Amino acid sequence: MSSQSGGYYLPEPSHWPIIGSIGLFLMAFGAVLTINTVSGGGYVLLAGALVMVYMLFGWFGTVIRESESGKYNKQVDLSFRWSMGWFIFSEVMFFGAFFGALFYMRVLSIPWLAEGDTGSLLWSGFSAAWPTAGPGVASKFTPMGAWGLPAINTALLLTSGVTLTIAHWALLKGQRTKLNVFMFLTIALGVTFLALQAEEYMHAYTELDLTLESGAYGATFYMLTGFHGFHVTIGTIMLIVIWLRGIRGHFKPETHFGFEGVAWYWHFVDVVWLGLFILVYWL
Amino acid sequence: MEAAHDHNHDHHEPTGIMRYVTTTNHKDIGSMYLWFSFMMFLVGGVMALVIRAELFQPGLQVVEPEFFNQMTTLHGLIMVFGAIMPAFVGFANWQIPMMIGAPDMAFPRMNNWSFWLLPPAGILLMGSLLAPGGAGGVGWTMYAPLTIQQGMGMDMMIFAIHILGMSSIMGSINIITTILNMRAPGMTMMKMPLFVWTWLITAYLLVASMPVLAGAVTMTLTDRHFGTHFFNAAGGGDPVLYQHIFWFFGHPEVYIIAIPAFGVISEVIPTFSRKPLFGYASMVYATGSIAILSFLVWAHHMYTVGMPVEAQLYYMFATMLIAIPTGVKVFNWVATMWKGSMSFETPMLFAQGFLFLFTIGGFTGIVLAVTPIDIQLHDTYYVVAHFHYVMVAGALFAAFAGVYYWLPKWIGKMYDERLGKIHFWLSLTFFNVTFFVQHFLGLAGMPRRIPDYALQFADWNMVSSIGAFGFGLSQVFFLYVLLKAIRSGEKAPEMPWEGATTLEWTHLPTPAPYHSFETPPDLRS
Repeated sequence: MSSQSGGYYLPEPSHWPIIGSIGLFLMAFGAVLTINTVSGGGYVLLAGALVMVYMLFGWFGTVIRESESGKYNKQVDLSFRWSMGWFIFSEVMFFGAFFGALFYMRVLSIPWLAEGDTGSLLWSGFSAAWPTAGPGVASKFTPMGAWGLPAINTALLLTSGVTLTIAHWALLKGQRTKLNVFMFLTIALGVTFLALQAEEYMHAYTELDLTLESGAYGATFYMLTGFHGFHVTIGTIMLIVIWLRGIRGHFKPETHFGFEGVAWYWHFVDVVWLGLFILVYWL
Repeated sequence: MEAAHDHNHDHHEPTGIMRYVTTTNHKDIGSMYLWFSFMMFLVGGVMALVIRAELFQPGLQVVEPEFFNQMTTLHGLIMVFGAIMPAFVGFANWQIPMMIGAPDMAFPRMNNWSFWLLPPAGILLMGSLLAPGGAGGVGWTMYAPLTIQQGMGMDMMIFAIHILGMSSIMGSINIITTILNMRAPGMTMMKMPLFVWTWLITAYLLVASMPVLAGAVTMTLTDRHFGTHFFNAAGGGDPVLYQHIFWFFGHPEVYIIAIPAFGVISEVIPTFSRKPLFGYASMVYATGSIAILSFLVWAHHMYTVGMPVEAQLYYMFATMLIAIPTGVKVFNWVATMWKGSMSFETPMLFAQGFLFLFTIGGFTGIVLAVTPIDIQLHDTYYVVAHFHYVMVAGALFAAFAGVYYWLPKWIGKMYDERLGKIHFWLSLTFFNVTFFVQHFLGLAGMPRRIPDYALQFADWNMVSSIGAFGFGLSQVFFLYVLLKAIRSGEKAPEMPWEGATTLEWTHLPTPAPYHSFETPPDLRS
């Protein structure tokens, strides 16, 4: 450790953070205006998003160039590992809030609504069977079954975990063609997953009458699967970046944390899906 | 060689404001955090004075009730997220690399972003006052269903919380990585200064709890605008669900504020007692225990929502358990001073103030943990008094102690000891004039967050308001003490405190150079 510490890479002053702050501010302010139907809000939101994209390209580009020019030693690599692990932990806690809400509604608040004075006086006749849109929402939706598209999606994501691992093995053994092919397969599986998810949402909205406004079930279904889908989208973009970098000849068998970090993230998204499949779709 | 050359000459460092906008230096970023937090402290303080001005006499004199509600809300949010938390992140930035023998934070650019996310969030928070309908008048806890019925200002606050959360998570990941991976050889975990330990644990709490708050306010947002029913019983949701999610974040948040304060106190008391910290290992384990327990007690904020009696009993006893590790800490601080060669410079005075008053806040916490008592005292001024003893006399006094303690190292100049002591005595006196009497008001049944009150509360409210204005002026005086030290303070000696033993005092010159520890000190042997 001592020999490494002296050479820890410390970057020069950078303008990317402040650009990111401006982008996020515009996005937040634009989103406030948009959801309150103030005209022009959409443009502010879009401008903010473009600034953010510019920042992400620039900042990650800088990091990739620094990495490829060999400025990062083993200690920097370990820093990246710690930070990615803790970042994923924070994501787990974010999903935990929504899984917690699902648990609370199914196990506690909905049964409470059907019992005692609430059940007999306020909403008599409400039975606490899950899935439900709650006692006061007039929504006759059909719940999403587990064994159609969701089961196929489970298979797709689990397979993508396997193809990604094969790609990683190929990278470790220096088999670059195999790496690129299996990265492509992983991305294809991810994109197919997203397409099927979109198809499922269309089906739910048009044929099942299942919307975001369908009470407890609709809210938890769309927020959990929606945030998961958003994370799959980000993960897919990350995979594409890694795939293109692999084609360009980036990564060495011994140093490729960019690849591993994305792989960790992808597996995390995979595990969240398994939780979703069991707790949202199946049970 | 190439790298060293690169570092010193190739790139001229930006100057003026751009130096601070683009900086990747932990000291610059630490200073920005500290100044930002002090500005926010004054802003939040003015809001507190609006509240106290209205409560000076019964009846409505100064502000409209709606505006009063916005003031209580923004005062809480700004003091928690804008003043206290950034202050301790400022300390972390300045001190952690120096205390563990690192060249800088692990991710200097992300460090910059963590800071520069605060101003946009601050603009959104403050700007919400200008939105149609004003800021959300919902209290800093932002309970549903009131939040669902607010105007556009509420959305600005929600996004401000999101940005603050991003800032905290990135800052915390940076701190954890720095502590785990950047220690000098020989700086083992159990040799780290306690301030570093407390920040490691705090950062863990932040990474675990801030995303949960993000989830809570996201549900609020979708309930407001996208037709979800998370907090609406008609749809099978529950307003109490919001409280559960919020306090799952909110209780660890209390320790996010308190634990770095414990860290500062654990550096100051040994120095001015000229003795090593008593029970170092037990301090570390006690802090860890508090962190774990903090996730298991959240519903003690919600005794009155009608939860099952089994749950009330669990939360009551689990909450009281926290008194054990906290007691270990207070015992250790007192034992550190026992037979020590003590002197009472300003940092030590603030540490003593902390010790007395934080302990009072801890005791009122145990009182409030008792379910039947809490049902009586819930949402009264007793609660207000309790958490201000923890937040102001606890966290803020520790921050003052830290500023006075490390200022010579930071700027190479001494503050005026006489003025520092005056600042302490003014703060101590006016703090108690403001908040001690609020215990009486709460016990007598005065509800919090209401702009008017029954006549029998008039006397103590007047006393409290006088104390609040005195406390506010004392902090303007603190600004004067600071500026005087920066502009014309005496040159600090290399070692202004003879009892200090941490690396920033023993291994670095005073003031600390811009780049500390480009090669890490070897602490083995």
